[in-house]
Amino acid sequence: MNRAEQEAYLREYEVLKKKGKPFFPYAVLKDSVMMMIVALVIVAMAIILGAEQGPKADPTTTTYVPRPEWYFFFLFELLRVIKPPELVPIATIGIPTICMVLLLLLPFYDRNPERRPERRPVAMTAGILTIIAMAYLTFLGASAGSPTEIEVEPPPQIAADTAAREEFEFGAQVAAQSGCLACHKFGENGNDGPGPELTEIGAKIPAEAISRSLVAAPGIMPAYGDLPPRKFDALVEFLASLR
Amino acid sequence: MPKLPSALRKPSKPGERGNGARRDGGGANGVEAEPHPVREKTKEGAIDVVGWVDQRTGASPFLTGLLLRKVPKGTNWFYTLGSATLFAFVVQALTGVFLAFYYVPSATEAYDSISHLTNDVFLGEFVRGLHKWGATMMIILIFLHMGRTFFFGAYKYPRELNWVIGVVLLILTLVMGLTGYLLPFDNRSYWATIVAMNITASGPVVGPYLADFLRAGSEFTATTLPRFYAVHMLLVPGLIIALIGAHLYLVVKLGTTAPPWLRAEAKPKSSREEKVG
Repeated sequence: MNRAEQEAYLREYEVLKKKGKPFFPYAVLKDSVMMMIVALVIVAMAIILGAEQGPKADPTTTTYVPRPEWYFFFLFELLRVIKPPELVPIATIGIPTICMVLLLLLPFYDRNPERRPERRPVAMTAGILTIIAMAYLTFLGASAGSPTEIEVEPPPQIAADTAAREEFEFGAQVAAQSGCLACHKFGENGNDGPGPELTEIGAKIPAEAISRSLVAAPGIMPAYGDLPPRKFDALVEFLASLR
Repeated sequence: MPKLPSALRKPSKPGERGNGARRDGGGANGVEAEPHPVREKTKEGAIDVVGWVDQRTGASPFLTGLLLRKVPKGTNWFYTLGSATLFAFVVQALTGVFLAFYYVPSATEAYDSISHLTNDVFLGEFVRGLHKWGATMMIILIFLHMGRTFFFGAYKYPRELNWVIGVVLLILTLVMGLTGYLLPFDNRSYWATIVAMNITASGPVVGPYLADFLRAGSEFTATTLPRFYAVHMLLVPGLIIALIGAHLYLVVKLGTTAPPWLRAEAKPKSSREEKVG
């Protein structure tokens, strides 16, 4: 916007302002009506939906699949959509940071003096696409359940032996209850990312490496070294047998 | 006819017509003839107080300028979203004070203090609901307000700085959502915060430091909750209030935009001629 355009805008604004009405009572009346509506909606939501209190925070549980407040769902979903571990920081920090900087600096790179939406095709397209993308990610994040079951068939040699089969199922249960499904896919269950798919993890890395990963917890993965030894061993054995 | 007790009456100066005691003795006639002394005094007193304050603050031109300033032609319901957001913030501040009366920011007692507030305190559960859903409303209203500003091109000259302040306010409000989420200290809050802090720590350059600052260390400990509490109810609200002040100052100073489709029908040149003429 050059100097002449700025002055033209200020002149035009001056005229429109002169033709306007005083803030009090006209704008104040509209504002007050809107505030009343907001107050009624908040009161209605507080009465109908209330504020539930979940079970007390338990740092030792490993079965809880955390979910953020709904307005962070789009970030949550972004985290799940982007799979490769080396790209995870980009999803969690990079993209939101870039979006925030772009939002913050909007008036400085959008130098178009035009204000009518129909004459700002680029800005309108970008704005509408952003809204659609955020709404879509929020919807996906909201509809993603918190799965607590792993239905993987044991390999034949384990399926044949009853004791081994029971051990396998116990391990699967530990994995499901430990929240692995929040970030890993097991066959048809779980989320595809941000962690790698574990359907055939046993074929890729040996049991000791699995055990080390569980304790060291690379990246954003929580550590599972605190699991009771019985559960931990079953979990490692279960994962190592996935081929 | 109400009379001031003699103790409250102004003692008359020497030479003035009568004092309180003599006027009482003078009978009803004399009093009825002149204007009611108490009512007059009260009226004068009220005017005096306004005048006294005004003389010392110079507030009245400011207030009349604020209230009677013109808003441009075409100002419609979309322009109420900003004040509605402010209203939601005020709801959060007031309900937040109420919650702070009962909340104990300690890892061992926080959960029980919320239970007590929810189950025993009169209207406690209702106020918690107001705070929770007020937060949701505030986020929705901020986004709507920002959408209006974007689609109306209201972030353009001369209001660029107010857009920047608005985006910072949006970020601070999201920080409020994040820090407030931990305070009930149930499983949901705890684990969501663990994840959020792990994500923060994975950020480049400042990420680990920011996470360490928020957690009060490299791990989530008993010190983390008081820190989130202080950030949630002192640090960030202070910043929000200061920035809302700056935001409103600029709104009043620069004026709200007219809807972009409105044109002053006179050409700029002729409007200048009008001014000259």
